[in-house]
Amino acid sequence: MKPPPFEYHAPRDLDEALDTLARLAERGKVLAGGQSLIPMLNMRLTAPEHLVDVNRLAELDTVETEDGGLRVGALARHSRVGRAGHPLLRQALKLVAHPVIRNRGTVVGSLVHADPAAELPAVLALLGGSVRLARPGRTRDVPAAEFFLGPLESAVEPGELAVSAFFPALPPGAGCAFLEVARRHGDFALAGVCALVTPEGHARAACVGVGPVPIVVDVSERAPDWAAAARAVREAAEPDDDIHATAEYRGHLVGVLAERAFREAAASAKA
Amino acid sequence: MRRHDITLVVNGVARQASVPARRLLSDCLRHDLGLTGTHVGCEHGVCGCCTVLLDGQPVRSCLTFAVSVDGHEITTVEGLGGDGDSLSPVQQAFAECHALQCGFCTPGFLCTVTALLRDNPAPTDEEVVEGISGNLCRCTGYQNIVKAVHRAAELMAE
Repeated sequence: MKPPPFEYHAPRDLDEALDTLARLAERGKVLAGGQSLIPMLNMRLTAPEHLVDVNRLAELDTVETEDGGLRVGALARHSRVGRAGHPLLRQALKLVAHPVIRNRGTVVGSLVHADPAAELPAVLALLGGSVRLARPGRTRDVPAAEFFLGPLESAVEPGELAVSAFFPALPPGAGCAFLEVARRHGDFALAGVCALVTPEGHARAACVGVGPVPIVVDVSERAPDWAAAARAVREAAEPDDDIHATAEYRGHLVGVLAERAFREAAASAKA
Repeated sequence: MRRHDITLVVNGVARQASVPARRLLSDCLRHDLGLTGTHVGCEHGVCGCCTVLLDGQPVRSCLTFAVSVDGHEITTVEGLGGDGDSLSPVQQAFAECHALQCGFCTPGFLCTVTALLRDNPAPTDEEVVEGISGNLCRCTGYQNIVKAVHRAAELMAE
């Protein structure tokens, strides 16, 4: 298996990268960690005319604490972000593939890839974070609720580069949990749930693998009846059949995982 | 197709190659540089056979373009041992514990475990299993590989 041929661009700084992407528009595709893109190229599922490699843009290899959250640059690898002290990101990243993949894959790349079974879009959606998109002379922040449009489809427009993502910190004293079921450790999950519970009793969850985009459900009105909260999450899920599991089984998993995740998050919340 | 002149520091030696942009690092090592110790299994990041160290960190060479890592340091299985035929502690432990049968997956395991023990010189069973979870072996059943990782940790502590 060999990737199809493409023209390769290796910009040395952000301005050059943005100019290159703006010039190529629909014909250009960004290469960061490549842990999703290169398998797709190897299997010839995609064949972009131009690849713009951002691996030389050291200015994007950043993880910074900012305004009550974590700003993650486009070149920050999973392994580094997992060590940055954000409890939910740490839990989620342990579920992302394997340690060796996490040495190369990037957090922002995973968000832009927008796989409906991926963990990081759910974390961004649960926390109400945002993604910063840039083109020459213009930058915009897109909230998570507007960023994920469908399977493998995000709000990044042709010619734009996702330069960073902002993950808000957990509310004071809040607990969190991320649970999923996969056929094999490191595989994409059949279903997954991440939950957040605050000491004041606010509770919400985000589901992966059971809809075209991460589904966020606020169950504060039902807390702390976690069985009822889990039923509400299950009702909100929109699972599909595929070769790995039936829709019914996925729905069942979401209910079970949601109840466990709420209990775990509530137990780790500080009263 | 346009070719790119790149320099990789492989096992401490600067090596030049002229490659098309789509050349995977795994193929560059094997075809352009003649280092066939790095094995190619699935070519989509699942099996771990092609794992090499990029600036000391284990990565999938089949999910990395050679041109992307121009100027960087690569360590392959050929670079793990000492001078001549001497084995590294990890290699020696794999041999002692019968941690390989057909040997196809072994280069990837050796690179992964070398980095694992450098970062965590005395891992628990759970940490070993997590560390090697991205490498598939169809022969051994993994038990002897886990033993070998602990044995390598002992050898390195001596």
